[in-house]
Amino acid sequence: MNAMEKRFPTRINFRRGQVDMTHGSGGRAMAQLIEELFIKHFDNELLRQGNDQALFTPPTGRLVMSTDGHVVSPLFFPGGDIGSLSVHGTINDVAMSGARPLYLSAGFILEEGFPLADLERIVVSMAEASRQAGVPVVTGDTKVVERGKGDGVFITTTGVGVVPDGLDISGANAKPGDAILVSGPVGDHGVAIMSSRENLAFETAIVSDSAALHGLIADMVAAVPDIHALRDPTRGGLAATLNEIAYQSRVGMRLDEDDIPLRPEVDAACELLGLDPLYVANEGKLVAICPRDKAEALLAVMQAHEHGREAAIIGEVIEDDMGFVTMETGFGGTRIVDWLAGEQLPRIC
Amino acid sequence: MKYVAEFRQKDIARKLASDIARAADTERSYNIMEFCGGHTHAIFRYGVQDLMPDNVKFVHGPGCPVCVLPIPRIDAAIELAERHDVILCTYGDMMRVPASKKNSLIKAKAAGADIRMVYSTQDALQIARDTPDREVVFFAIGFETTTPPTAVAIKVAAAENLKNFSVFCNHVLTPAAIQHILQSPELRELGQVSIDGFLGPSHVSSIIGSAPYDFFAEEFQKPVVIAGFEPLDVMQSALMLIRQVNEGRFEVENEYTRVVTPEGNEKAKDLMAEVFELRKSFEWRGLGEVPYSALRISDAYAEWDAEKRFETTESTGTDVKGCECPAILRGVKKPTDCKLFGTVCTPDNPQGSCMVSSEGSCAAYWSFGRFRMDRVKEAAE
Repeated sequence: MNAMEKRFPTRINFRRGQVDMTHGSGGRAMAQLIEELFIKHFDNELLRQGNDQALFTPPTGRLVMSTDGHVVSPLFFPGGDIGSLSVHGTINDVAMSGARPLYLSAGFILEEGFPLADLERIVVSMAEASRQAGVPVVTGDTKVVERGKGDGVFITTTGVGVVPDGLDISGANAKPGDAILVSGPVGDHGVAIMSSRENLAFETAIVSDSAALHGLIADMVAAVPDIHALRDPTRGGLAATLNEIAYQSRVGMRLDEDDIPLRPEVDAACELLGLDPLYVANEGKLVAICPRDKAEALLAVMQAHEHGREAAIIGEVIEDDMGFVTMETGFGGTRIVDWLAGEQLPRIC
Repeated sequence: MKYVAEFRQKDIARKLASDIARAADTERSYNIMEFCGGHTHAIFRYGVQDLMPDNVKFVHGPGCPVCVLPIPRIDAAIELAERHDVILCTYGDMMRVPASKKNSLIKAKAAGADIRMVYSTQDALQIARDTPDREVVFFAIGFETTTPPTAVAIKVAAAENLKNFSVFCNHVLTPAAIQHILQSPELRELGQVSIDGFLGPSHVSSIIGSAPYDFFAEEFQKPVVIAGFEPLDVMQSALMLIRQVNEGRFEVENEYTRVVTPEGNEKAKDLMAEVFELRKSFEWRGLGEVPYSALRISDAYAEWDAEKRFETTESTGTDVKGCECPAILRGVKKPTDCKLFGTVCTPDNPQGSCMVSSEGSCAAYWSFGRFRMDRVKEAAE
């Protein structure tokens, strides 16, 4: 401990300091940032090995791995920030295979001049999200780019997990006759982000739904091991996710608009902004596709979990080589719910 | 959602659908042109056509503000950003509209032009205040609905003496376009299009009122019903039009009484009259040159007119070969009549303007899948 104090005679000023080029140079300043920020907050046994890699023995079974870059703007938004989002996003991508997430890695790209106070706030939030999820950040990397070459901070996280035996969950497994479920109201994240954008700023009580869903998924696969598909409807929203699965599985889907959970505030904000909530991003929701006769059981398990209280059955998988997702509108007509074209809103995650 | 959900109720829609089915004479057809893209969007978004009998059809008109802007105007906007190095502020819809040489604002932005998407004229003003050393141009487009906010922005800039702000004005006028469609040879002589009545604009009419339509109804003997943008408004208005046709009437009726008055919004009209004046002629994509159909900034506010402040080269850009946007905008062709539709032209890679905005007929056909539903139905039969 004494040796450590000698190594960095003065502590980093996290209140007033800024990221500068030395924080990514490989020298003492970088080592100090790692020590006093990342190791301090992420603290865990594997990280403390102090090597460029984390060494662990994988459990037996099938491993899954996923990576996700985060560039959300603004960095702090109602219900979360880029730190918690980068933990939840990757945990969810790993968990959508039915896997139990084990470890995360984190790569930070910092812009010269970025306030260290903000960086600390983000790292604390990330550490808290990782602790709550029980999935530690075991290795990482920091780079600094010149002012104007980044936008504060970008975070890339990678996760590994292990899939319990007996599960076969894939976007290619949806079968005609299956039920389509969603774990709760759609569009919260996208609308929360929009409400905090500088040039849009509107007052709303809507907060991002950003959450790690592996606990919910563990309950779901324990109750209904033959779930066919799971996916989190992030960018492109529910519409994009259903189209992806329909395409992968070579099936069609039929939805009932009245059954899709949607908060009145989100509905109203979308109305005002000319957005379709089916295309607005979520960060704490999942779509599940399972055999019709298991749907009620699965729904009950989902509704018993804090992240699935408002889950609903929203439609069915049908035979259709062309992979159309159609919907009976709340008005009584029919429309196609197509892929998202262009971009509804950039940099939401 | 209060004041919105009431106009989207399924049970009322069913009742209206049966009223329409009863009112529509099976011996004839009813072609209703909705002028506004907002109506087009609502018809597709809620599946209104599904609730209509087969002989009542919606013909989609030119009322999509980004769709009717001709290529030379977009080329000029890009030139402002590229050659004159201005910060060009635009509504998001314009970003992907094709310009000439396969360019667009979004591509010019990627190539380094400083083009920024704004949600209101106020954002553009703020950018001008925040960057006093740069020229900021607001790319003003749209019908009478978006014109008053542009007028306000120009007045604010004048009041604040904001010298680095100007407006590239492309505001167009609805009545002139409707009149042009009604006078087109296709309609008058060739009989290619038979339009039996018009769904009149909702938001535009809230500004200009219902009185400006009296002339067409009388002159061209076509009924007009000013309709709100909600799906029940569209259905109720269709029913009113069908009744007028059946009774041989051609009047201006107002379904959208909760917003539209005969005289419109006097304050907004005064603002427009103060800041803008009529152009003798303006090119519309699809309609060509239309006399007295657009506005320019009046001499009193010339200092804030980007066209006076910056020189732009006269572009001769034309639509992509084979693109049927012009005919589609006049209601002469359907999106599915275009060879490019759904092949090289999709919302991800729009060749023509109608495929860009969610209010464009082609984009609506594509996104809400009317054409594919038709194809599926055909395949099933």
